[in-house]
Amino acid sequence: MIVDHRQHHLESVRSVLSTVTYPLQYAANLPLSIGHWASETFATRSRLQNENRSLHKENLLLQGRQQKLAALEAENMRLRDLLDSSFKIGDRVLIAELIAVDMDPYRQLVLLNKGSSSGIFKGQPVLHANAVMGQVIHVNRFTSSVLMITDASHALPIQVNRNGLRTVAIGSGRINELELPNLPNNADIEIGDLLVTSGLGGRFPSGYPVATVTSIAREPGEPFARIKAQPSAHLDRAREALLVWTLTPPEQIDTSAEQETEPETQADTATEPATEDAQ
Amino acid sequence: MTLSPRQGTLVVVSTFCVALLLTILPLPDWAQMLRPQWYTLVLIYWVLALPQRVGVAVGWITGILVDVLSGTLLGQHALSLALIAYIVFEMHLRIRLFPLWQQSLTILILLLLEKLISLWVIGAVAQPAPPLTYWVPPLVGMLLWPWIYIVLRDLRRKFQVS
Repeated sequence: MIVDHRQHHLESVRSVLSTVTYPLQYAANLPLSIGHWASETFATRSRLQNENRSLHKENLLLQGRQQKLAALEAENMRLRDLLDSSFKIGDRVLIAELIAVDMDPYRQLVLLNKGSSSGIFKGQPVLHANAVMGQVIHVNRFTSSVLMITDASHALPIQVNRNGLRTVAIGSGRINELELPNLPNNADIEIGDLLVTSGLGGRFPSGYPVATVTSIAREPGEPFARIKAQPSAHLDRAREALLVWTLTPPEQIDTSAEQETEPETQADTATEPATEDAQ
Repeated sequence: MTLSPRQGTLVVVSTFCVALLLTILPLPDWAQMLRPQWYTLVLIYWVLALPQRVGVAVGWITGILVDVLSGTLLGQHALSLALIAYIVFEMHLRIRLFPLWQQSLTILILLLLEKLISLWVIGAVAQPAPPLTYWVPPLVGMLLWPWIYIVLRDLRRKFQVS
């Protein structure tokens, strides 16, 4: 039976059973969601005004940056056209909320409240306010579980943003640490370097920030340097996650059309997690 | 004088539901590794109390549900819980006669056994081995056993489940 599972024949069984256990997960999430609902409902006027003001400011800032980005994107496309190389058109995202349930305490798993009914597929990259969070490993009808990049069984192809040095970031099992075990002692990497996805695995879109290097230990006797990095996403504090469609898999083409409207309607809620991060 | 068997089943099923709920209820980080194996404790109680109705099959189903809920390999908890249910079923006449503290010690061994089997499965599929705190829940479960036993016994007597 375990062997069967390793060949992924039981995925459908699991998703059916998950539908059965969904009420339990819903019930476990209830106290927290009631708390959030209550704090939103009974929020004071001044607090809302403050929040509104800061959101407004944030929005202005982001719009300003967006203008520059549009020009840069156009320029980038033109240059790539000149080079005759392929480029990716924009990503489509869907916002999902985390369901507050504890899963296996020794693995970095979270549950999202969107499942196959929203067109989510296995292996889909999950972002959190433009930093990589993880990937979907089980898709159920109404929920999906996400393996975080810091899980000890997760490896993510990355590159150093400064010089394009490619390597693999492996989770350490601790929520705020990644390891880069495959870089030789003389590799050009410094503390504070930003690591971004390289897109080499074909699973994650390229160019999203992953982590910053926090410590480098070069031991003369060892072939590889011991490099640690801290994820840019606040994995332990996330309440929302962005599900990304970049490489549209063949079976998703028909469903993608009807979901085109959904991200837009939820776009206004998207600003909220972004400000929480900025503060 | 017993109630209809259906109502008894309802009581048993609802205790299992509560146990599963406690298993996934969000806790602060420090308490997460202290979380006892609620489902195992409830399973052991019902096998002790009603060995003719709750047995290996119930243990297996509970285990599968735990696997689905906690995102572990499908069958990992099912295997260990089925084995625990079998051992308790074989020994239920003896364990019933033990005083509570002695029962607690037996429970500790059973809970450790469950963790050991889970660890073996984790090792067999080459997942990284968990840290030492992995072994704390059985101790918490042992300390909780007298209370769980008394609460469930009163529940059983109140609803006259047999």
